[in-house]
Amino acid sequence: MASERHSLSLTDVGLRVKALESVLTEKGLIEPDALEALIDTYEHKIGPRNGAKVVAKAWSDPAYKERLLKDGSAAILEFGFSGVQGEDMVVVENTAGVHNVLVCTLCSCYPWPTLGLPPIWYKAAPYRSRVVIDPRGVLEEFGLNVSDDVEVRVWDSNAELRYMVLPERPDGTDGMSEDQLAELVTRDSMVGVAKVAAPN
Amino acid sequence: MNGVHDLGGMHGMGPVNPEANEPVFHDEWERRVFAMFVATFAGGNFNVDMFRHAIERMGPAHYLESSYYEHWLAAIETLMTENGSITREELTARQAELAKGAA
Repeated sequence: MASERHSLSLTDVGLRVKALESVLTEKGLIEPDALEALIDTYEHKIGPRNGAKVVAKAWSDPAYKERLLKDGSAAILEFGFSGVQGEDMVVVENTAGVHNVLVCTLCSCYPWPTLGLPPIWYKAAPYRSRVVIDPRGVLEEFGLNVSDDVEVRVWDSNAELRYMVLPERPDGTDGMSEDQLAELVTRDSMVGVAKVAAPN
Repeated sequence: MNGVHDLGGMHGMGPVNPEANEPVFHDEWERRVFAMFVATFAGGNFNVDMFRHAIERMGPAHYLESSYYEHWLAAIETLMTENGSITREELTARQAELAKGAA
């Protein structure tokens, strides 16, 4: 709206944030101590290491992988990962013939319980606009070249449904423990803009 | 809503430019906005659909030019004023006080 635009051009964002927090606190609508705990949870506790554990188990345990692909929410919940922005999960498997990549074209829907908060690029206009029409070009920007004989599937998340990619297990990982495997799994591989690299 | 936020398939948005080792929050104010969203949501002031809709109601140029957590800030301001919890006047008055204090 026009009036909002004018006030925005005059006011520093940090100042607006301080003012909002100050007024909301004064009215008892938020509690600053509770805010600290929330920030800590999402900055340090909930993140892609959760998803990596899920991937490592799927690689190690065929029965778990089957459960994961059949009912992502339930299988992920076996780890205790659930809740806000991850209530309904579908896990899509990358194979030699299929490469999956995720997006939310309308906003930023992303599986918080398994991957934490999304990076800026995922939430910004270039990725959201282009990955649905030129996924191979976008993947090239991430340094990932997907050959023409591999099908690329783009999954547009929505308010009700979140996705996670089960990346391919790389070569050279035979006999590794789940913990060791989890260490190899990157956030980007679970969004589908990277593959998991083979260990050195 | 078929607003500018409906970005799938649009041309001309430029390169993705992913940041290596990107931090979860780039500024202290982003942390505060994130937490305020969770707190005001948990307080039952709005649901997530209302929150998205408030973002979709931003001016289109402003939406495209502002950063992600600025969208959240705009939405919280909009929803908490529209539901009568606070007023725009209270916000602008507090902004002015804080600006004076910082000067």
